[in-house]
Amino acid sequence: MADLDDLSALMRSARRGDDEAYRRLLVAVAAWLRGVVRRGLVSAGRGAADCEDIVQETLLAVHLKRDTWDETRPIAPWLRAIARHKLADHLRRRGFTDHVDIDDHADSLELAVQADAASSLESRQILASLPERQRRIVQEISLEGRGAADVARSLGMSEGAVRVTLHRALKALAVFYRQDRR
Amino acid sequence: MKTEQLVEALVADRAAGRRPISMALAAALALGGAVSLVLFLVDLGVRADIGPALATWRFDLKIAMVLVAFSLAFALCLDCARPDPSGPPMRRLLPLAALAILAVVVELAIVPGTSWGARLVGSNSLICLSAIPLLSIAPLAAVLAILKRGAPASPALAGAAAGLLAATSGATLYAFHCFDDSPLFVVTWYSLAAIPVIAAGALVGRRLLRW
Repeated sequence: MADLDDLSALMRSARRGDDEAYRRLLVAVAAWLRGVVRRGLVSAGRGAADCEDIVQETLLAVHLKRDTWDETRPIAPWLRAIARHKLADHLRRRGFTDHVDIDDHADSLELAVQADAASSLESRQILASLPERQRRIVQEISLEGRGAADVARSLGMSEGAVRVTLHRALKALAVFYRQDRR
Repeated sequence: MKTEQLVEALVADRAAGRRPISMALAAALALGGAVSLVLFLVDLGVRADIGPALATWRFDLKIAMVLVAFSLAFALCLDCARPDPSGPPMRRLLPLAALAILAVVVELAIVPGTSWGARLVGSNSLICLSAIPLLSIAPLAAVLAILKRGAPASPALAGAAAGLLAATSGATLYAFHCFDDSPLFVVTWYSLAAIPVIAAGALVGRRLLRW
């Protein structure tokens, strides 16, 4: 996995229903984003404290907007466009209006950065802002690593209802990220 | 929540397979267009001389122009819904501009200068200016609702493209009512009628389509 465009194949497999391919894609994109966002923040004269929050917000956008990637085109420009949009959006909210350019950064995934061990404080607050049922489902699936079917059984819901609730929760998280950090 | 934990939630959400945005956009236009069609039939109706009109080149050219505008606006909308449009989206409209210029030049060449004014002003200009925006309202709402799924590089531009697409669908209906078929009338007044719809789309889109 030397290059961003190699992720195209993973996204195509993910679209055909390969969960493992999708997981590998998201992990690789998150690591790439961490490097890009950190460099972007530093070159804008900001500390890297918000880095992981922006990475998560961008990862959510990659997930929720994945239909807008055209399979016949390379995935790297699409990923860069989303990262640039989210970083610019973040800096604008903090009063920076300068043009954000991430194109001059290498696409090599070898520059990928591992996450800090500490989880972000803000994302925990954001999770707390979800309605009870949505929060429980997100927590059980993400923190405890349980499958949707398993969670459905323990909550006495159908698996379909768990998936619908999960999707709503993720969309709500994307909105909170955008609105709550002014 | 750590990023690896978020990844697990995203993987679990992956199952929901959705139809492509182009199909959703077509379905939304059919729905919004159906509402406008009812409005059109109640309020305006097809012109009485539709049979003979179909046999004239000016009417056929008018229908061809609105249909070309409609299909180009559709492609423009899809382009604007992406974060990484390939090339400047506006280039999509160049064939429409060329067709409009050609139609106007041909009309000016074959019609005596004394009747240019009458053909330009026509007899329906005010109806045109109000009917096209009115027939565009439902399609605009439907198109904007679908574009919310997109990730537009520029939300305002995507909203404007939605406005143009809605205006061309309104204009397609209106073209069957109006008996001013001269390209001078069509190019002038149909364009003017589209402006408020495009502006409304840009204004709403700027906020609604943020992501």
